Amino acid sequence: MSLPTYTAWNYRIWHYTYLTICGLVFFFLIAPLFIILPLSFNAEQYIHFSAKMLALDPEGFSLRWYEDMIYGTKNPWGLAAKNSIIIAFFATIGSTILGTVAALGLSSRHMPYKAAFMALLISPMIVPLIISGTAIFFFMAKVGLAATHTGIVLAHIILGTPFVVITVTATLTGFDHSVTRAAASLGSNPVNTFMKITLPLILPGVISGALFAFVTSFDEVVVVLFLAGLETTTIPIQMWVGLREQLSPTIMAVATCLILMSTLILVSAELLRRRSERLRGINR
Amino acid sequence: MSTEQILSSDGLPLEVSLRKAERKNKLKALFLVGPLFLFLIITYVFPIGDMLFRSIDDRKITKMLPNTFTAIEKWDGQNLPEEPVYAALYEDLAYLKKTKTYGKIIARLNYEKGGFSSLIKKTVRKLGKFEDGNYKEQFINVHKRWGQPEYLVALKNAAPNWTYAKYLKGVDLKFDQNGDIVQQPEDRRIHKILWLRTLKVAFWVTIFCFILAYPISYLLATLPMKYSNLLMICVLLPFWTSLLVRTSSWMVLLQQQGPINDLIVMLGLAANDNRPELMYNVIGTFVAMTQILLPFMVLPLYSVMKTISPSLMRAGKSLGGTPFVAFRKIYFPLTVPGIGAGSLLVFILAIGYYITPALVGGASGSLISNTIAYHMKSSLDWSFAAALGTMLLVGVLTIYWIYNKLVGIDNIKLG
Repeated sequence: MSLPTYTAWNYRIWHYTYLTICGLVFFFLIAPLFIILPLSFNAEQYIHFSAKMLALDPEGFSLRWYEDMIYGTKNPWGLAAKNSIIIAFFATIGSTILGTVAALGLSSRHMPYKAAFMALLISPMIVPLIISGTAIFFFMAKVGLAATHTGIVLAHIILGTPFVVITVTATLTGFDHSVTRAAASLGSNPVNTFMKITLPLILPGVISGALFAFVTSFDEVVVVLFLAGLETTTIPIQMWVGLREQLSPTIMAVATCLILMSTLILVSAELLRRRSERLRGINR
Repeated sequence: MSTEQILSSDGLPLEVSLRKAERKNKLKALFLVGPLFLFLIITYVFPIGDMLFRSIDDRKITKMLPNTFTAIEKWDGQNLPEEPVYAALYEDLAYLKKTKTYGKIIARLNYEKGGFSSLIKKTVRKLGKFEDGNYKEQFINVHKRWGQPEYLVALKNAAPNWTYAKYLKGVDLKFDQNGDIVQQPEDRRIHKILWLRTLKVAFWVTIFCFILAYPISYLLATLPMKYSNLLMICVLLPFWTSLLVRTSSWMVLLQQQGPINDLIVMLGLAANDNRPELMYNVIGTFVAMTQILLPFMVLPLYSVMKTISPSLMRAGKSLGGTPFVAFRKIYFPLTVPGIGAGSLLVFILAIGYYITPALVGGASGSLISNTIAYHMKSSLDWSFAAALGTMLLVGVLTIYWIYNKLVGIDNIKLG
């Protein structure tokens, strides 16, 4: 933002102060994430910038914590990663299907009590996780699904659907219903119309909802703390356990991998959002 | 009024035909929402109701001491009860001893009054030597507490099937011996402090988030697209990053030998051997939660500011207002909906926060969620955890209701 030449000096000062404040806030937001990256390559055992690291001496850096993460005998990261991926995969599929279908109904003009239904379907996102965790734990224990993959997947479907409902309903606002009517008038049945006409148009919203559901499941720790057993441990559980004991460099290595993953997801989500806006004819 | 009816092509009156078509559409929409609705009712709404139920359910002990509770019902609670009560108590305890389940009533009765543990254990041990008849005297001979009315009052207080005693405990109140509601003893009043701290942290985190989010949202909304997209990454990357990763980075930053403390020492604000404690107290909770929840304030503010036309500010200035006046009278009022949406969202999320306070908060920075988790996992007083959970839930749902009235659920924006 450049200022016109006629700007008075006091506004000039105010303007640059303002930009500095903004810069500091952005720094506050993003810097904590980047502190982890160099520390994960630390050659020493402590979470600390060693003198060698500060001098950029190659000897100060190593990949030993990544080796430890992958090959370490006592480290449960392999099992945890496998569980996390399996659980997040099925939870994403479940949330996406249930959420998309529900969003189609909610976006219909004829839906009665729309606000009440919407409030209920979004509530798992609003209710504190500790309460959801407690309630779901009692339920899963009663039906014998505590400490099973199925139980955790069901719990994550509950937590993931609100995101899918929100993103898909947002995509469906401004959806041109005359195209589906045109398909119907040409003799297409509703399922065929959905698969061939509606779905391709709302696909960006569906995928970005699915990404949200995936991340929700992959990061979720509170509910899993109640539900997980030894065999159903996940990455967040292992991080939680590790962080409670002590900060180990291996956790920094895992965290770096997770930051990398979230960067990838952020990029795909952004690309999808732009594509969706283009498809719906919203130009910015 | 014309009596002639307009008929549709299938011979039905138009009105009927239209209503039929609308009903069909309505059913179709309901049918689509149905699966998720039923799924949530069974796996979510019903379990939460069950939890509420658990917080007032006191039937377990009623089932274990059925005769005693029937007999004690008629007792006025003044002088010692008569023989039938003791006879019934003998019958119940003898059965519990036979089935070896008397351990379960001890914990429950100890909540009511301390000292029941040794009382029950000793009585059960000597139960075999009891003779028929005159149970009252034999009970008092085994342990003198059976002759003290307050223990029998405690027993009577445990009799009802349903109780809201756990809710009283949640706000540092309890039933005294006469069944009146009184304050807990001074050293046990911990929950009120906890509720106040939770509200205080949620409130200040919301304020901090607002103060930090407002300027950058304005910048994001007014910058040209190509710059603002780049800066938006700073907001969205933390938003998409695992909560545990963000919390662990704060643990790295705030630890005693961490970079922030290094900086403080370098600037000479503190001596090297006297580094301030930034973590495991309420400071850690504040700083980490503010950074973690900041995107939830920026996104709604940004989406509102994006819709405000810059020409409004120019018009204000051209009419003689200084930029400050134009901002205060024109721009700020237009952003109030965004402030409301963001603040309510941050407040709702902050009030139920668990992970971050548990890791960086220590004892003085822990919130109500941490206490619920403690009672779920460590003290195993599940009905108390359920009562605290229900109280928190009522609070959150109230704010959610306000949010829905003011902002509308459909206006929640994600990214």
